[in-house]
Order: sequence, then C-alpha cells, then structure tokens
Amino acid sequence: MIELDRITKSYGGRAVVDDLSLTIRSGEFCVLLGSSGCGKSTTLRMINRLVATDAGTIRIDGKDVASIPPELLRRRIGYAIQSTGLFPHWNVADNIATVPRLLKWPEPRVALRVTELLELFRLDPSGYRSKYPHQLSGGEQQRVGVARALAADPELLLMDEPFAAVDPITRDALQGELLRIQRATKKTIVFVTHDIAEALRLATMIAIMDKGRIAQYAAPLDLLEHPASDFVRDFVGHQGLGLKLLSVRRVAERVRRDETADGEPLPGEASLSDALSAMTARGTDRLPVIDPAGQPVGVITLADLVR
Amino acid sequence: MTAPVELATRPPASAIHIGAHDQVLLVLVLTAATAALSCGFVSLAPDRLVSGAPVMLWTASGNVFTIAMVVLGGLLLAVSLLPPRPAAAAAAGVIAAISLLLSLATLGAAAHTLAAAAAPAARISAGPAFWVIAGCAALAVVDALQRLRAGPLLTAATVAALCGGVALFAVAGIFDALSIVQEYETQRLVFATALTRHIALVAGSVGPAWLIGFPLGVAAVRRPRLQGPLFAVLNLLQTVPSIALFGLLIVPLSRLAATVPPLAALGVGGIGPAPAIIALVLYALLPIVRNTTAGISGVDPAVIDAAQGMGLTPRQIFWRIELPLALPLLIAGLRIVTVQTIGLAVVAALIGAGGLGTFVFEGLGEYALDLVLLGALPAIALALAADFVLHLISALPRRATPR
Repeated sequence: MIELDRITKSYGGRAVVDDLSLTIRSGEFCVLLGSSGCGKSTTLRMINRLVATDAGTIRIDGKDVASIPPELLRRRIGYAIQSTGLFPHWNVADNIATVPRLLKWPEPRVALRVTELLELFRLDPSGYRSKYPHQLSGGEQQRVGVARALAADPELLLMDEPFAAVDPITRDALQGELLRIQRATKKTIVFVTHDIAEALRLATMIAIMDKGRIAQYAAPLDLLEHPASDFVRDFVGHQGLGLKLLSVRRVAERVRRDETADGEPLPGEASLSDALSAMTARGTDRLPVIDPAGQPVGVITLADLVR
Repeated sequence: MTAPVELATRPPASAIHIGAHDQVLLVLVLTAATAALSCGFVSLAPDRLVSGAPVMLWTASGNVFTIAMVVLGGLLLAVSLLPPRPAAAAAAGVIAAISLLLSLATLGAAAHTLAAAAAPAARISAGPAFWVIAGCAALAVVDALQRLRAGPLLTAATVAALCGGVALFAVAGIFDALSIVQEYETQRLVFATALTRHIALVAGSVGPAWLIGFPLGVAAVRRPRLQGPLFAVLNLLQTVPSIALFGLLIVPLSRLAATVPPLAALGVGGIGPAPAIIALVLYALLPIVRNTTAGISGVDPAVIDAAQGMGLTPRQIFWRIELPLALPLLIAGLRIVTVQTIGLAVVAALIGAGGLGTFVFEGLGEYALDLVLLGALPAIALALAADFVLHLISALPRRATPR
C-alpha cells in the first residue's frame, strides 16, 4: 500500500503539487491522469524520491520513504519512462540486468531472469540479448524499458507516460501486454498519462489531477458515471460518453449463458466496444463468447450492449 | 565521409560528357600531371645557401622513371573512368600507393644522378612538382580507402605498408643524395636529442593538461555557473599569440627561480623547458575542458533520469554511464590537443626549450631551407602519426557503442 499524506512541492513559489493525499492499495493499477503541468509526473517522482517533497510524507507499506536511502529505495521500485532511457552503450541483456546487478544477484540468476523477461515480452532471447538499443524499433525499446523496470521483481512499478512516444498500433499492443503482465503478477502500478483512452483501458483506479490536487479518485466506470465535479465531467469528455462507457465494460458482464451462436467467438475480457465493433464489421447482432480457457460460455447480442 | 560515395553511385549528369565516375581521382591525376609539366621536380643549387634552379621530371630522372610515372598516371586516369565498384576503388588505392612510393624513388634517383654530375657542394632538394605529385597520390590513397569504407584494420595496414616502403628506401640509401638527408647527416646526434626532447615536451604538456582539464571540465558540467568565467579565461588564453605567451612567461618565471632556489635547481627558469611546458599546458586546456564538458553534458538526460530512477549512485552514474558515453569526444579532444601541441612545441625552441623547432629557427636564421625542413617535416610526421593513432583508438569504441 502506498500512502501519499498531504504532500506539497513548489518550484519558484508556485505549488506544483498542493497538499495532495492519495492511498493506493496493493495490486492496484493506479493511473494519474491530467493535462500537462497538473503535477502528475512530479507526484510520481516523489514516490521514489527523484523529487524531494517540501512537506508531507509518503509511506510504502507503512514505512516512510524518507527514512530509506534513496538508492536503496529506488532499487526496490521499478521505473519506466517515456523515452525509455535505455543505456545506449549496453546491450539489451545488460540493460535489463541493471538493477539485479546493483543488488548483487549471482550472474547465473541474472542471466536466467533476463531470459525470463525477454520471453515474457515475446522478444526471442537468443536474438535480442546482444542487440544494442539503436538496433531496436521504438516498440521493442519500450518493451525492454519495461522489462528492465521489472527485472528485480519489484512490488511497485512507477511508469511515466511510457507509451506516449510510440505509434498507436504499437501502443495498443504494449498496453495489452502490460495488462496481461499486471493481471498475472499482481504488481502495484502507478502510471502517469494524459491520454483518457489509455487510462480507461489500463486503470483499476484513476486519479484525475488538476493544479496539483486530486480532482477525483475513482474506478474508471464510476468516473464516467458519477463525475465529482464539472472539471472531471469536462475532462473525461461528455462527447462520446456512451462509447467510453462501452470501452470500460466487459463482455463477460452481459453474456447470455444459455444460448449459442455461430461465428468467430469473442473473449469474455473483451470490452463492449470491441463487441460493437465486431458486430458492425460482420453485419450481425449476435456473437458467441468464450472464457479464457477457450470454452464457450454463451452469447452477446446488440441489445445487451445498451441494457 | 559518405558524400563522395553517394555522389559516385548516382550517375552524374556530366558523366555523359566526361565519362568519369570518380571525379576526385580524375582531378588528382590532372593536378599531378599539370604540376609535372609546369614546375620543377627537383631543385638544384650550387651550394647550401643559394636558392636552386628547377629541373623538370624528365630531365632529372631519365626515361625509365618518367615512363613509369606516366604509365601509373594513365592507369589511374583509366580507373577514374570505371563504374564505381569496390574493385575499382581497390585498384585505384593500390596504384596510388605504388605511385606515391615511385615518386619518392624517382626523387631519390634524380638526386643521385644530378649529384654525380654536379659539384660536391651542390644541393639537390624536392621541387614543387614532387610535392604536388606525392600529395595527390597520398590523397588518392585516402580517397580509395574512404570509397572502400575501410575499417581501422585496413587503414592501419595501408599506412604500415607505405611507411615500410619509405623505411626500406631510406635504409637502401635511395634518399642519400637529397640535401635534407645531407643536412641530417651533419646533425645526426643533435637530431635524435631534438626529436626526443620534442616528444618529451608534448607528453609533458598534454599529460598535465589532461590531468587539470578533465576535472575542470567535469566541474563545469556539475556547476554550470562556473562555465562562463572558466571559458572566458580559457578562450582569452587561446587568443594570446604563442610567441607572446612564451615571452610573457620569461619575467615571472626567472623571478620565481631567483626567489625559490630549489625550483631553479629543478630547472625552472625564464627560459628552457619550464615556461614552454606551462604555455603549452595553458593552450591545451581549452580543447580538453570544452570536449569534456560537451561529452558529459551531451549524454541524453533521459538516460541519466533512468539511471537515477533505478538506483545507481552518482558515482556509478559517472563511471558507468557518463564517462563511457563521453569517451569518443574525450578522445577527440586528446587528438586535437596532441596535434596542436606538436605544432606549438616547434615555437618553444625560441625560448630555449629545444625540440625540432631548434632546426627551424637555426635554418631561418641562416636562410638554409633544408635545415628548416629537417625540423618541420619530422614535426608534421609526428603530428600525422599521433592524429592517426588516436583516430584508430577512437574508432574502436565506436564499433561497440554506435552514436
């Protein structure tokens, strides 16, 4: 659990983060969402002490981070940033091995971990280990950047707009991979973005920030259905609200269990907007649904989307 | 470096008229030919102090050498018309290297022939045509190496082969009739001392300059406020003419030596190596500090942010990230400074520091140009060698860490 307790940070007399309090439960995928200059990155960087707080305390599992030497604290927390910050003179394996080596893991264990992570991110270990960052595509660099953040198996992962610089198709794939890995490993993730669609897709909880404060902290669906203020309502956007609602709800919530249909089945974790898209594209109003094991569980119809 | 290659792969519009694919080589061959036809290949003087009269290539060196030179020139001309293929570049490189060696052999042979016929006091030295032909041949070798995208190994092998050839000629006595060699014969013992002293001056200046300049450069990165005053002082030092700086140091240093006798015992004084080394160190500081600062502050801030965020200590960030990434620029700085100091150390002879400059200034005083060359040519060779070796070193890490 991460507790930000009345933290403040000012630059040149202007409060960038202003008396902010926030509690993030373990295993949460918490997205700090806001426009540029709202203090979301500063808040993130105060958690691993890259930025010092002016006032307030930050506790991780009850322990004040100020009481831990910054380097030791940071080695326990994963950190991934927009421009990856991969070391250009180190190959992929050495980049990923950075924190394990700082923690003095024995070399065989480091090598094993590098292989494991490359496989987790679907990068062939034999081909990618010895490549240098400039030989990778933007998406591959970002995968290595996230793999490096996960290398020492930290409980907490801080990510500062990690997918902002990649093209939309790659971003979609990377978001999918991150979701898959987060669901599988139950890491706590604090993720900064200005992209509402990205926040709605990834977050279990969204903290909307404005002028250094939290405007609302809620689950994606709550945020859309019950905005706490006009600011939040404007920010999440009234236009296309229905489509955004479809994008945060899952097919599994609406499935008719006792029916069957023909055609390519949808996975239950797909969003209702995925279902709408598939129905429109195939010119049908009924689609079969399967569970993660690939077993048919029922049917979703066009009427179910608006039920 | 890639520009001439790109030019060559694109068929130029003029190709229809000239038909040349390697314009660089074509220009070099034509320049060399023009020089051979219009200037003296060697210069013949009745004695050491009188300027010589030009002797043309065919008069000086006889038919065999002249025909060989013409044939090689013709071959290069033909190669320059071939389509740009690695084989053509390789052929051009080999022929140009042979031309370079042949021009040296021709020079030596011409000197021997002329010396046999002339009075014992006569002096025979290289004329403008020789310098232009040899220079064009050397440039053609460089051009061919670039077209072949030669790595450090091939480049080093080519240079070694050429140097080996020249050394063989020297041992065989081919150059013995040349005035510069005769000048060397009379100065043989002094020359070795001067060369060693020159190298010692350079090493004794570049080493301390690096030990001072590198920490200064790092400090300038850490405290940007320091950069303004620091670079102002270093730039100012760079603008002081070297002769003036050598002169300006005479008074304070002789006074220092007079007041602190132990220093005088160590060789510190108004003239000699001490003021020379101080001046050379001062000149070397700017390139070293500038390249250190540029190298370290040129590291991507995101890389430093990531390093901090993962828990590297400031010391680890310096040694493992900043220093390796700045290395190409650090070596480039060392290269600039070494070459610069080899040249400046020649001037240091004025204040009695010794070195190759001794011959230059003695020669200038006596109006004996061969003696000037005896100081200048080894200094140039030394600078080229240092530049080449440091270039090779800087090419090595770039393979492991591109960009």
